[in-house]
Amino acid sequence: MALLEARNLRVDLPVDAGTLHAVRGIDFHVERGEMLCLVGESGCGKSMTSLALMGLLPRRARLTADCLDFDGIDLTAISARQRGGLRGLRMAMIFQEPMTALNPSYTLGNQLCEAFLRHRLGSRQNARERAIHLLERVGISAAAERLDQYPHQLSGGLRQRVMIAMALMCKPDLIIADEPTTALDVTIQAQILRLLRELQQESGTAVIFITHDLGVVARIADRVAVMYAGEVIEAAVTPALYARPSHPYTRGLLSCIPAPGKTPPGSRLQAIPGVVPSLVGHVEGCAFRNRCPLAEARCETTPPFMALNEGHRARCHFADRPMASATPSQPETIS
Amino acid sequence: MNAILSAEAAPGPSPLRDPHAGSGEIALELCALSKTFTLGGGFFRQGRTLHAVNDVSLRVPRGQVMGLVGESGCGKSTLAKMLLGLTTPSDGDVLIDGRPLRGADQKKLARHVQPIFQDPYSSLNPRKRIEQIIALPLAIHAMGNSGERRRRVAEMLDLVGLPKRAAQQYPGQLSGGQRQRVAIARALIMRPDIVICDEPTSALDVSVQAQILNLLLDLKREFGLTYLFISHDLAVVEHLVDRLAVMYLGRIVEEGPRAQIFGAPRHPYTQALLASALTPEPGLGVPDIGLGDEMPDPANPPTGCAFHPRCPMAVDRCRSSRPVLEGVRGDAGRVACHLA
Repeated sequence: MALLEARNLRVDLPVDAGTLHAVRGIDFHVERGEMLCLVGESGCGKSMTSLALMGLLPRRARLTADCLDFDGIDLTAISARQRGGLRGLRMAMIFQEPMTALNPSYTLGNQLCEAFLRHRLGSRQNARERAIHLLERVGISAAAERLDQYPHQLSGGLRQRVMIAMALMCKPDLIIADEPTTALDVTIQAQILRLLRELQQESGTAVIFITHDLGVVARIADRVAVMYAGEVIEAAVTPALYARPSHPYTRGLLSCIPAPGKTPPGSRLQAIPGVVPSLVGHVEGCAFRNRCPLAEARCETTPPFMALNEGHRARCHFADRPMASATPSQPETIS
Repeated sequence: MNAILSAEAAPGPSPLRDPHAGSGEIALELCALSKTFTLGGGFFRQGRTLHAVNDVSLRVPRGQVMGLVGESGCGKSTLAKMLLGLTTPSDGDVLIDGRPLRGADQKKLARHVQPIFQDPYSSLNPRKRIEQIIALPLAIHAMGNSGERRRRVAEMLDLVGLPKRAAQQYPGQLSGGQRQRVAIARALIMRPDIVICDEPTSALDVSVQAQILNLLLDLKREFGLTYLFISHDLAVVEHLVDRLAVMYLGRIVEEGPRAQIFGAPRHPYTQALLASALTPEPGLGVPDIGLGDEMPDPANPPTGCAFHPRCPMAVDRCRSSRPVLEGVRGDAGRVACHLA
């Protein structure tokens, strides 16, 4: 059985103009020990999904789901107190900006040990030992002295390493990492991603990795779910998604990144025209149709989440069309 | 456009009036440019000196795109600020169309060099209409009457692909990509020769990024613009630039034509930087770039080659003597490495 299973997960937020449907009925699951990447652009609902899983949604937000099951626990039914009992212990989170996620007025030791002590996993001495062990594991030198330092004394890359160590303190089953390397330099990003992948495989922790970067996804994910306008529009194992992107949005995303060696320098990039639709009020039909090169009259109706191959699904009326005919604009066939 | 431009009596030929004039000349030249800051210090105490930009020399031919890459804190943004006249150099000078920046009038400079900043959410005044934002440079330079200015704004909106109605809107009503188009319109309304693009697409989504990059390339061709393009996204840099300079701790460590730098990087830092770019190719995993720690403290740089503590190939000589940025026989680039 999957570690986490979500069916028809919805998050609604009341705003001045009505109701913002931030997450609009998404289905996904996470197996034990796997790395699932949620990828999408700003406003697609990926961060709201992660907050919903962690039970950290803003108070005014409304969460509904046909099923939101974490290792046999129905997350929609449990009390806030029971939620708190899971957080940090069985599911942990790594945020994008370690400077704002760490409290500037407490020492690193204090913050590292907090969840361990709160969940009564051992003595202060045990917590300290585990913190030192993990800091060493994430590549921080002089770990024991670091425990008495404050976040501002560390660089961005080191802070993110501390965040990773903190997430691992209680040996959680699931870590949700929300754009953990976006604020870092590329050289540091590569190191942090390597470390995260290594630790995840070594400890068997499942990770939901949220990002907008398809380059990162390709290198670390076991499976990918692509989100657009509050929906998962395509999901597949990583190689299949890149080999046969089946939703026009996924194809658009992949073709608008300049690919070294393939895109001639200085040539026009394929852009996705237009902007993301507003999710305030009722959204009907395919949300991508106003930007889609394939859109037809039937796109006014909501497309099914069509199964294509083993584990590969796409929410498009034309997802089962062969790719060549589905993308008439790509002049690949001309030799 | 000529009604306003003729009112301006800028000396010398501008490529804007003739896009094909003077190819091969140098639009922007940095001559041993340095900027130092004093940290701490007080009445009785000598502060420490930080060399944010250290002895940088660079020539950007007219109509070309010079890329500038490096990690945060390497001095790219300080360099950009000096070119815009927002910070005075501590040493060295900048030549813009052959005229020195030192002592130049700030307003005159702004006619030739304009910026596009990273974050279109903070670079546009939220309480002004788009029309006022784009026309502000004309107002500052007292160019044209209000009717002419409005006409110029309409032209610019059209040029950057915004609808006419955007003129009456506020930044808050526009998306990130549209705001960046406004920033581009504002930068180009003075018809500058040189545009300093400081991470112009890194705050945007990838689908929008492609639109803005296409626009920047179109405008460059149309007006013969020269760009200094600062970015950390190496795929974007490779797509856009003609030449590339790599900065490390305030100095340029390698500089050369695009194909050469991306095809056969010589400096170990350039090699590591290129290796750490994650292209969307599944199955390759995350490379071990072997760079070790992060950039050292710029206020207390290592001896010899500043990169040696992180360099996998460092030898004794790298610890004691600093390599000079010099041309390598047989190619068009420069590199600062004893082992290159």
